[in-house]
Amino acid sequence: MKPVNRSVIWVLILIAIVALSGCINGNQAPSNTLEIKGSDTLVQLVSDMAEAYMMEHPEADISVTGGGSGCGIAALINGEVDIADASRRIEEGELEKASERGIEIWEFVIARDGLCIIVHPSNPVRNLTLDEVGAIYRGEITNWKEVGGEDMKITLYGRQSTSGTYEFMREHVLKGDYSPDMLNMEGNKAIVDGVKVDKSGIGYIGIGYLRDGVKPLNIASKKGSAYVSPLDQEAVEDGRYPLTRPLYQYTNGMPVVGSLAYNFLKFELSDKGENITRRAGYYPPNTEDKANNDEKFRMIEKKIR
Amino acid sequence: MNKRSWEGVKDRFIAFFFAANGILTIIILIGIFIFLAYIGLQAFHEISIREFFFGKEWNPTAYGEPKWGILSLVTGTIYIAVISLLIAIPLGVASAIYIAELASPFIREVLKPAIEMIAAIPSVVLGLIGLLIVAPFVAEIFNLPNGLNALTASILVAIMALPTIISISEDVISAIPESYREASLALGATRWQTIKGVILPAASSGIVAASMLGLGRVVGETMVVLMVAGNSRAFPTSILDPVRPITSTIAIEIKEVVQGDLHFQALFALGFVLFLMTFAINLASDIFLTWRQGVR
Repeated sequence: MKPVNRSVIWVLILIAIVALSGCINGNQAPSNTLEIKGSDTLVQLVSDMAEAYMMEHPEADISVTGGGSGCGIAALINGEVDIADASRRIEEGELEKASERGIEIWEFVIARDGLCIIVHPSNPVRNLTLDEVGAIYRGEITNWKEVGGEDMKITLYGRQSTSGTYEFMREHVLKGDYSPDMLNMEGNKAIVDGVKVDKSGIGYIGIGYLRDGVKPLNIASKKGSAYVSPLDQEAVEDGRYPLTRPLYQYTNGMPVVGSLAYNFLKFELSDKGENITRRAGYYPPNTEDKANNDEKFRMIEKKIR
Repeated sequence: MNKRSWEGVKDRFIAFFFAANGILTIIILIGIFIFLAYIGLQAFHEISIREFFFGKEWNPTAYGEPKWGILSLVTGTIYIAVISLLIAIPLGVASAIYIAELASPFIREVLKPAIEMIAAIPSVVLGLIGLLIVAPFVAEIFNLPNGLNALTASILVAIMALPTIISISEDVISAIPESYREASLALGATRWQTIKGVILPAASSGIVAASMLGLGRVVGETMVVLMVAGNSRAFPTSILDPVRPITSTIAIEIKEVVQGDLHFQALFALGFVLFLMTFAINLASDIFLTWRQGVR
């Protein structure tokens, strides 16, 4: 049975090689590679940022992938990525799971989004209150005529449960479960594509995905208050548009001064980064977000000196 | 002398190598089975078996209480399986009969590889075609606001099952001895009567086996259904309702779960159910094939 022993040895050698190469990669990772994963709403913006950063620092290697906020945070907790993008805040349960695994979560707000409620351009409805949007997605309002439109059944387009936008809507607008009839689409773009050809459709997307062919609705925080368009930059920045939300990045542990994660975050929040944010259709962090970020950076910088 | 003993060692080594590969396949299969069962069954510490198999609602990340019922997911899978087989079997068997019985040798040589090329289309490409062409077409015909539903998904999945069904059925029909046809024709039967009365009955169990293999492909298909089936959680009541089959549920949700979570375990339980379904289908097709050979 000599061949058996030999093949066992070969298998062991192969396993050792694979394991070793894993170690080598693991050791090199912090120096000049950065894995970023998460929110589909953020993936285009953060890719633009990474591209601009790598133009300036050709030695850096930053990879950005989507999949959804929940997906990014799960990957961060599983230790698979360095930064998680999220279009919603990390949840209590996720923080617990992270601390169980010895992962310390740091939060930064890198941009603000005016979440858009979109419909087909031929739809006569132009304004909705937040309550109406909630009732539509909970499945309580099922016909457009109930909100001043034509007599037509409403087709709901929404995201999958991995999406931060899905959860943001549920926490802040629906305050209940989505109608089971909602179509669960792969990403913001799939919702835009769906609503574009569906006269009865309604969808929600990050403002960076707004395109010709769909119409964003004006939203009022409650009955009687003013309807505000997400395209009104001032209104989004001062919070009069009711669906503004911070867009987050979470890091695994404190990003130490001089590390790529630290430099990249600094870059995203610089004037240059803000320009990229605006060009991608999003808004820079507001004063409060900036104060929070600055405090984190002060802590980081103090700890090292 | 020395050389000869070296040859002997080499021979034995090669024989061992092939045997090891055969055994490895079985070990992998059993390994997957144990792995799925081990993680999946842990989910039942917290989820009642009754809720899992008979609950209509699957919503592990619900706003309120999470729901773990797989009935609507299984129904979605069954819808797509049944409709796509209803489309693929008649088409597939008719093509197989044409290729084996009626086509001229030249056409046969062109058609056979062409049909096998269908299997080479990546499913994501089929999904795109579905989104851009089939879904709007189905929406138009049935006057629906959109075409993301079970029927659209089934049409596309049927296309994926066609090569399997056609090539196996064609092999089976070609394998029917020439004497059967000659006997039938000699009795004055027409070609159609021969096909209907002699060829089809003789090939029936092989055709069933081919359909079963196609079914296995259909049930496991993920990408196309993820793209065009609509994926809504509601229990489907018509073939024009959007459905969320088991495969797309796993593909969507596995991305957000933390390893070792209840949700993670539940998805493995779901995967285990799917594995049992496809395993049973493949086993059945295998039994049919052997039974056919036993008869002949």
